[in-house]
Amino acid sequence: MWLALGAVVMVFAAFTSAYVVRKGMSLDWQAIRLPSILWLNTAVLLASSATIEKARRERQSCESWLAATSVLGAAFLAGQYVAWQQLRAAGVFLASNPSSSFFYLLTGAHGVHLLGGVLALFYVAGRAWRGAEWPNRQAAVEATALYWHFMDGLWIYLFFLLQVGGK
Amino acid sequence: MPLLLALVIWLVCLALALPFFTRTWWFPVAISEHARQVDTQFMFTLVVTGVIFIVAQLALGYVVFNYGRRRSGAATYSHGNNTMEVLWTSATAILFIGLTIMGGSVWARVHFMGAPPGAIPIEVTGQQFVWNMRYAGPDGKFGALDIRQINDAGGNPLGVDSKDPAGKDDIVVPTMAVPVNRPVELILRTKDVTHSFFVPELRLKQDTVPGMTIRIHFTAETVGKYEIACAELCGLGHYKMRSFLEVMEPADFEKWLQKRSTR
Amino acid sequence: MAELAPAHAAHAHAAPTGFIRKYIFSLDHKVIGLQYYFLALVAVFVGMALSLLMRWHLVWPQSHMGWLEKLFPAGAAGGVMTPELYLSLMTMHGTIMVFFVLTTAPQSGFGNYILPIQIGAEDMAFPTLNMLSFWVTFVGFVVLIAAFFVTGGAPLSGWTAYPPMSALPEAGPGEGAGQTLWIVSLALFSAASLLGALNFITTTLDLRARGLSLMRMPLTCWTWFVTAILGLLAFAVLLAAGVLLLMDRIAGTSFFVPAGLVVSDRVINHSGGSPLLWQHLFWFFGHPEVYIAILPGMGVVSQVISTFSRKPIFGYRAMVFAILAIGALGFGVWGHHMFISGMSPYSAMAFSVLTMSIGVPSAIKTFNWIGTLWGGKIRFTTPMMFAIGFVSVFVTGGLSGMFLGQPPVDLFFHDTYFVVAHFHMIMGVASIFGIFAATYYWFPKMFGRMMNDPLGKLHFWITFIGVYAVFGPMHYLGLIGHPRRYAEITGVNYLAQSHPLHLFMTIAALITVGAQLIFLFNLFWSMFKGKKAEMNPWEATTLEWTVPSPPPHDNFAGAHPVVYRGPYEYSVPGAPKDYIMQNDPEPAKAAH
Ligand code: HEM
Ligand SMILES: [Cu+2]
Ligand SMILES: [Cu+2]
Repeated sequence: MWLALGAVVMVFAAFTSAYVVRKGMSLDWQAIRLPSILWLNTAVLLASSATIEKARRERQSCESWLAATSVLGAAFLAGQYVAWQQLRAAGVFLASNPSSSFFYLLTGAHGVHLLGGVLALFYVAGRAWRGAEWPNRQAAVEATALYWHFMDGLWIYLFFLLQVGGK
Repeated sequence: MPLLLALVIWLVCLALALPFFTRTWWFPVAISEHARQVDTQFMFTLVVTGVIFIVAQLALGYVVFNYGRRRSGAATYSHGNNTMEVLWTSATAILFIGLTIMGGSVWARVHFMGAPPGAIPIEVTGQQFVWNMRYAGPDGKFGALDIRQINDAGGNPLGVDSKDPAGKDDIVVPTMAVPVNRPVELILRTKDVTHSFFVPELRLKQDTVPGMTIRIHFTAETVGKYEIACAELCGLGHYKMRSFLEVMEPADFEKWLQKRSTR
Repeated sequence: MAELAPAHAAHAHAAPTGFIRKYIFSLDHKVIGLQYYFLALVAVFVGMALSLLMRWHLVWPQSHMGWLEKLFPAGAAGGVMTPELYLSLMTMHGTIMVFFVLTTAPQSGFGNYILPIQIGAEDMAFPTLNMLSFWVTFVGFVVLIAAFFVTGGAPLSGWTAYPPMSALPEAGPGEGAGQTLWIVSLALFSAASLLGALNFITTTLDLRARGLSLMRMPLTCWTWFVTAILGLLAFAVLLAAGVLLLMDRIAGTSFFVPAGLVVSDRVINHSGGSPLLWQHLFWFFGHPEVYIAILPGMGVVSQVISTFSRKPIFGYRAMVFAILAIGALGFGVWGHHMFISGMSPYSAMAFSVLTMSIGVPSAIKTFNWIGTLWGGKIRFTTPMMFAIGFVSVFVTGGLSGMFLGQPPVDLFFHDTYFVVAHFHMIMGVASIFGIFAATYYWFPKMFGRMMNDPLGKLHFWITFIGVYAVFGPMHYLGLIGHPRRYAEITGVNYLAQSHPLHLFMTIAALITVGAQLIFLFNLFWSMFKGKKAEMNPWEATTLEWTVPSPPPHDNFAGAHPVVYRGPYEYSVPGAPKDYIMQNDPEPAKAAH
């Protein structure tokens, strides 16, 4: 799992270096106003990190916490989608400007990764809900939780990058 | 088998090395101080690597031959030798890094320093699949460019702005001429994709990069007509994206310019 | 999902029975290894066929080939190859060779098959992931080949795909759908390689047999391990770069395309991007990639030379150190591909010093191979011949790198045939020799039969002389300043003198490629008709030689091997035989 996260870090490190280089050399960079719903989304994602941590510590009866996390995760994705819609409504498209390109790129790439996490959660939570016990159950929960926290941290990083770096 | 393998290794390597001695295919003449320095650095490297090449291939053939024909006894049981290990590691390190540092000064002279004062500026613009050379004309100033005014058929491939007075006397031609022994500064651009400006005789090569303006300089010392090739893949006509560099006596150069400014 | 946590002990999956589970969607690392191997085999023959067409065109540009027109109606209209077809063949040749041959066979193919057995494991850590990696790679290959058959044909922009050419459909035929497919293919390949790398690293770290400390691992395992680490870091960057390039193409962003370009009389509506950004990202991946191609070959050659010299490897620790040093330095030298790209000339000097330093561990390896042969009792088997050949071409290819690593000399040689000579020798031929050595060496293990030795030797002689004949003269082309990626030599006058060399190389290439049919025949003939192989036909010491040939489904039939010693205990004085297996508990009587 740690290795997989290492690979994800490399992908985003490459994106970040592209971001820095692209911004440093261009004259056409226009800061975009980030939709304020992003703050709400961030809060939702943080909450979901808390619930999955709870699930991890509960061990036996973790299914409701897992379910809560999946719902929060899905809510975050929906919120990101709304943010995209708002930007489009404001006339900020993918190709409008380098900063908007990066906004869509980074949130999109993060969203895809998070979607993977949500699917994994559905799977684990679903099995746990049906009361199934399987040998690696705790390991699966642990791995999902680790991934989830990582996605959370990654989002905070990206949000920060977009807020501060985007200016 | 051992002898055969050793001989084949030696012969093949000899065959590979031979043309480096006979110089059947060799660099074109060097027509600038810089070109000669590059050649010197090349020769240094050739001697160093040549010696390593010969010693290594000879050694390989030798061990193959000598320990391959062995019929009796056992192989030596040894896990290596740290002294040797340290010895050859430091020897190669010193050799390789030494070469780099030696070469550094040659590089620095063309790339760290700007063109000397009084250099003639020539703007070179690559385009699929021709070179455009622009001289600033008598006013010594290049006119502004406007991509909307680009008109290849109408004789304005660069889009020199008709409203800019500095551009009125600019000369745009498909080949380059320079006076002998005068420093020349090239201002390299491209209209479309990446190309690379390459004059073998000057040992000069520089990519022209979209969105960038890159300056290099040279001083040609031998009168003659040389070919300019494109060295960076730019599309289907890459192989024939060719132009000429004519190095002329100063008087001839003035005439050449004159003829083209009154077109 | 249970597989997310590496299962230490038993993730034992029962031996599958149906054909599909057994040979197509198999979870067995051995079957997956073979699938990768045969994919690479198909790829290498496609790649070689393309190179022959290129070589032919360079010498006889006007020759008429009716069948070519059937294959490429646009690129060879009237049966005569166009320059754009040459460039698309070149792009596909390079891409196929680098990715689907040199990254696929040595690492994913042999690594998958041999690594788990050599470390005493039943399988890779994540068998399902392993299967997934293969099938994604396979789809990547199909997508790449499909690029030939879309409108405009395959891309022209080389395996390096520099934008803006690769970003703008206007830049030429092949830069439309063909280029898009190319990017998609490489993105798939990268994703699969990431999954594969995860699997290799976890397997090596977690599934080693008892007693098999890292410093007792065969050097092959070391190279697969370090290669996987390189792959994990490098392919992530290629994937990211590919996504950016794709967005520039289809979503109108401007990561790599600057403002003010006029291509084919069209003003391009992008602004502010940087073509150099792509070059940095690409080569940050690209240089480690060449080590990904060559490191496993180095491992195989060490293994083979030690086995057939009947001697322990000379300087095992130094070899491990060199592998690690190459891996680490490999990430700091990408700029040597960009000396004249418009990058800062100051950073060129820094990259140059690092580049020349990476020559040092490579030299250490060469010295140690010769040191291993020294004092040995050499057995001239076919794998040994290829291993010795590897050392020779590795020296040759490595030394030409000394010219290219110095900016002032590279200034002349950059993007000339000197570079083509260099990378074919060191990356192409050397790795291919590694693959051949590995094939002849492990074939008995994989198929339970020996390959035919005289045919193998014949294959070696022609190939060894052949590769020098094909790629040696390219050095001289470099000396006269012959740029690479030229579809014809008629566009520039001074290239006329290169015609005899081109002719010579084309004939040599025809013969050399022809000789590969001997290999192909030997491979398939021996698979069914070869002499039966015993468990340990080479009298080698590592764990794969302790199991039957071919190994059963879970390799060790439920047993857990225990390792007592290092991997290359040959000719130990006082030992009953001239080799001691790694799992042999008898104490070695020798005093060091
Ligand atoms: C059958 C033997 C081979 C022959 C005859 C051959 C020939 C060629 C030729 C003629 C070119 C084009 C040179 C140019 O126009 O600039 C080329 C390019 C190339 N070859 Fe090979 N090659 C062979 C094997 C390999 C192998 C084994 C590799 C694996 C590394 C390889 C990798 C490449 C690459 C990466 C390029 C550059 C493509 C580009 O410029 O984008 N080749 N080869
Ligand atoms: Cu070109
Ligand atoms: Cu490199």
